[in-house]
Amino acid sequence: MTPTKRRTLKVLGATLGASAFAYAVEPLRAFTQNITLDQFLQGHFKELTPEQLEVTLARLEQETKDRHGRDVTIRADPAIEGVEFGYGLNLSICVGCRKCAEACHVENNHDRASNNSYIRVLEMTQGSFNLEHGNASYDHAVPAPDKYYLPVQCQQCDNPPCTKVCPVEATWKEPDGIVVVDYDWCIGCRYCEAACPYHARRFNWTTPEIAPEEINPDQGYLSNRIRPQGVMEKCTFCLHRTRRGELPACLEACPTGARVFGNLLDPESEIRWVLANKRVFVLKEELGTRPRFFYFFDK
Amino acid sequence: MSVRHRAILLAICLTACGAKDEARQLAPILGSAPGEVEINVPAKLSSIEVDAVDPLGRPLRIACATCHTTKETAVLPESPSELQAFHVGLQFQHGSNRCASCHVSEPLRAPKLRLADGTELPMTEALQLCAQCHGPQYRDYKAGAHGGMQGFWDLRRGGRTRNHCVDCHDPHVPKPPQVLPAAAMRDRIPVAAPARGEEGHE
Repeated sequence: MTPTKRRTLKVLGATLGASAFAYAVEPLRAFTQNITLDQFLQGHFKELTPEQLEVTLARLEQETKDRHGRDVTIRADPAIEGVEFGYGLNLSICVGCRKCAEACHVENNHDRASNNSYIRVLEMTQGSFNLEHGNASYDHAVPAPDKYYLPVQCQQCDNPPCTKVCPVEATWKEPDGIVVVDYDWCIGCRYCEAACPYHARRFNWTTPEIAPEEINPDQGYLSNRIRPQGVMEKCTFCLHRTRRGELPACLEACPTGARVFGNLLDPESEIRWVLANKRVFVLKEELGTRPRFFYFFDK
Repeated sequence: MSVRHRAILLAICLTACGAKDEARQLAPILGSAPGEVEINVPAKLSSIEVDAVDPLGRPLRIACATCHTTKETAVLPESPSELQAFHVGLQFQHGSNRCASCHVSEPLRAPKLRLADGTELPMTEALQLCAQCHGPQYRDYKAGAHGGMQGFWDLRRGGRTRNHCVDCHDPHVPKPPQVLPAAAMRDRIPVAAPARGEEGHE
């Protein structure tokens, strides 16, 4: 082989190698374009000082305006002392109309194209209690004969399997019992999705796309702010509402009044009345997850 | 490691551990009165929808009193099928009740309701009328476990509006009709398969 030929091959190889490398790292370059330096340097939510939190919330509001074209307010209300949230659902009354899922979709700024929602209503055969045999995609007039309807959302377990598997502590249980995700800390490994026995966690395959006028501007850091691509999300019992004393959106939307919400630590609350007076059960009790979401029948 | 370093490390540890998983005290709610619980009074208790629309395009409602206080009304029939001039075509599927089981209609007087013991009630007090037969539902309603509501779960922070019986139930046909559900979400990987033959036989 002559020196010229050798040099030509070398140059050709180097060029091919360099372009292959550039092509291989291209996604990484696109990724860093989507993340600002401030965001990259942001600490874990629980370690932010009040000043840092204020700066972070202001930055997130600005980013939402830049990316989604809407002025929003992002708050981070702390848990209310002496409050642990509990939810009850009367299966004798639910008709499976999915109004709760629809309200969740709107309230929590879900991606419009996927029609995502934190609530999945399962159509179940009377007498059956196997969640895996429930039909989540029914599309006929409800309630159908011989069926009952089981809306499933995050059960806000007191012993949550999902938080234990998180390798980066991006998800945890708050003092009021709500399991939350720090969307800016999550690495999107989806371990928590696999660990949840209730199929309650969702993954953001894409950046949620919502028309600016449809965005709910009343947002919370740990709840319904617009999530980035590639992170997990879940029902938070509408923390941005409930920590201000308001009822969750799914309860207000229910046209049959099947849903009951309140403070488990208040003996006078509606949810405590349900626990004391109705035959209440939880889903998959045998797993020891101790849900804060209670189902009951009238008879 | 010097004593000073250890002290600093300990201080950091204590601060960090102390803040973990503890509720932060919320500022007291200044000037907020305890929330009121209101029960919605549906328009259909005092008016009736007619086929016409008002100038703004809303369905026109006529107050019951408009006719009942100005016209001589006929004697209450046994059942809605006997109606000839007004309220014709009213559907009724509510047990073996007759019109007079709940209604009082006297000439030139706004319509009222009547309890089983003969006590007369204004139309807007219909809840008491329903309660006399539907005790368990009324008990659950009073406890906040039936009927739904809008507003605040925490009455220290705001009020709420409860639905009325007739917001959800048509008193003449109380069983809710079938409805078409809102669209299902599109799971990338369906977690629950559509119904199959073996469903319910596990």
